[in-house]
Amino acid sequence: MSELLVISQVDMVFPGENGPFTALEGVDLKIKRGEFISLIGHSGCGKSTVLNIVAGLYRATRGGVILNGREVREPGPERAVVFQNHSLLLWLSAYENVALAVEQVFGRGSTRRKSRREMKDWIEYNLNLVHMSHAMRKRPGEISGGMKQRVGIARALAMEPDILLMDEPFGALDALTRAHMQDTLMTIQGELHNTVVMVTHDVDEAVLLSDRIVMMTNGPAATVGEVLDIDIQRPRDRVSLADSAEYGALRAQVLKFLYDKQRKVEPIATNSRGSSHGNAVPTARVA
Amino acid sequence: MGIAKKMSAPLLGILLFLLFWSAAAQRIDTSLGEFPRPIAVLTQMSALYQEHRTERQKERAFYARQEIRNAQRAERDPNYQVKIRPYTGKETFIDQMGTSLLTVACGFLIGMVIAVPLGVLVGLSSLLNAACNPVIQMLKPVSPLAWLPLVTMVVSALYVTPDPVVPKAFLISMVTVTMCSLWPMLINTSVGVASVDQDLLNVSRVLRMGTLKHIRKIVLPASVPMIFTGMRLSLGVAWMVLIAAEMLSQNPGLGKFVWDEFQNGSSDSLSRIMVAVLVIGLIGFLLDRGMLLLQRWLSWDKAAAVR
Repeated sequence: MSELLVISQVDMVFPGENGPFTALEGVDLKIKRGEFISLIGHSGCGKSTVLNIVAGLYRATRGGVILNGREVREPGPERAVVFQNHSLLLWLSAYENVALAVEQVFGRGSTRRKSRREMKDWIEYNLNLVHMSHAMRKRPGEISGGMKQRVGIARALAMEPDILLMDEPFGALDALTRAHMQDTLMTIQGELHNTVVMVTHDVDEAVLLSDRIVMMTNGPAATVGEVLDIDIQRPRDRVSLADSAEYGALRAQVLKFLYDKQRKVEPIATNSRGSSHGNAVPTARVA
Repeated sequence: MGIAKKMSAPLLGILLFLLFWSAAAQRIDTSLGEFPRPIAVLTQMSALYQEHRTERQKERAFYARQEIRNAQRAERDPNYQVKIRPYTGKETFIDQMGTSLLTVACGFLIGMVIAVPLGVLVGLSSLLNAACNPVIQMLKPVSPLAWLPLVTMVVSALYVTPDPVVPKAFLISMVTVTMCSLWPMLINTSVGVASVDQDLLNVSRVLRMGTLKHIRKIVLPASVPMIFTGMRLSLGVAWMVLIAAEMLSQNPGLGKFVWDEFQNGSSDSLSRIMVAVLVIGLIGFLLDRGMLLLQRWLSWDKAAAVR
């Protein structure tokens, strides 16, 4: 299989109040078509920044991203993003939220044009995929956090992207809902075999879902520390894996990386420097 | 029980207010007699209504007489071109309410047509915002009374037609209302537009929406709650400004009514002014409620439209 996405020597420097802040330095990663990759690391290590650079929402200071042999210069629907906070339009129903994306990607002027009828079926198909058919006409304010995130995933899937980018998609959900969402995502993956890059800080989530886990070193100047292949056979079942030695060993490797090799020393209260670094990412978002 | 309980506190409040008013009124002697008590005001209220009815009867009688006269003349002279002369009686209190409402509506709508699109532009561009903000902040607190002489002169200079569609006083009041009601709408719209969630802007970028579609599908709906808040504030300002503007420009509305009664200085004047004060307050309240209902009906964010 050839590489679908190449992240090559990416540096990211944010202009900050106390001088420039180097978030990423020399990030290299190659992703094959159909792979499920997790980016894991401590908070503030720049894993979301990597995702945003791939999405085209940020421009890398040095280096670049190549998707399908073409350089990424701006955001686009071939790199659909599932944001942490659903980011649905609150004034539109679940159906209309997905429809907005579908009409933009497959509407007039598109090379992949669909008819009205086809679009309607496609929207419903994707909502059905995330088990949201029963609440298609509900607005985000009327459904739970998990359901909102489902709609967000349906919207991203409906763009028929080359690569699906997920920024801590289940981070804001409670543990049981999260497990349920992970199972749904695995089932969908089993059918569609999308290429996925997911940012997470949940070790179990990473091991359960991924083909490879990319572990990132702590910032500043974070980069790819280790890459772990997860060769557990699919379909995976969380309950039976809980007793599996293979799963346990892989999980232990990630934990070892995060809490041994890349232990983050963070005082609880007086971390003015640490938090200013942590904030470097969100402030740059606004810019 | 539910309704009785709900209504008892407001009714008690109104009752206490009336008691306090009566008690205070007895102690205030003006050159036009004692300050009007609630009963006197009530009497004048019905008197004003009676005047209105009498005036309408006179008007009907006038047109009836005219019609008969015209018919007679047409009978005598087949070449006679029928002319209808308009009735020129004085405006009643009810007519003046109508004039005021029309003036405020026109002034407010023109303000809205200017302020909302401008607010969207200012909110979209931080450069434009930086350029406009000082001017907006400086013009916002200017009293209508300061604008009025300028508006009067400008309207008088520019609005010169032999056959005016609307009276000059109406235009002057309306433009003054517009000048003062622009700012809350402008500021709230621009703040609403500027504070659209970054995630939603990212969605728009990922979908590669064009600028117009971006504004139509994301920016405008997202800032609708703020735009409505601005509109409610503006309508309140507009109504308040209007009374002052009408007083000085002699636009035949409630402001002119108050001014004329003040100049008139009869023993009923204070009671009649008090009627106007209550009616002005009531209309202002109803306008605000109306905006609130409109917001509840049109805006997706029901939580923003609670009070």
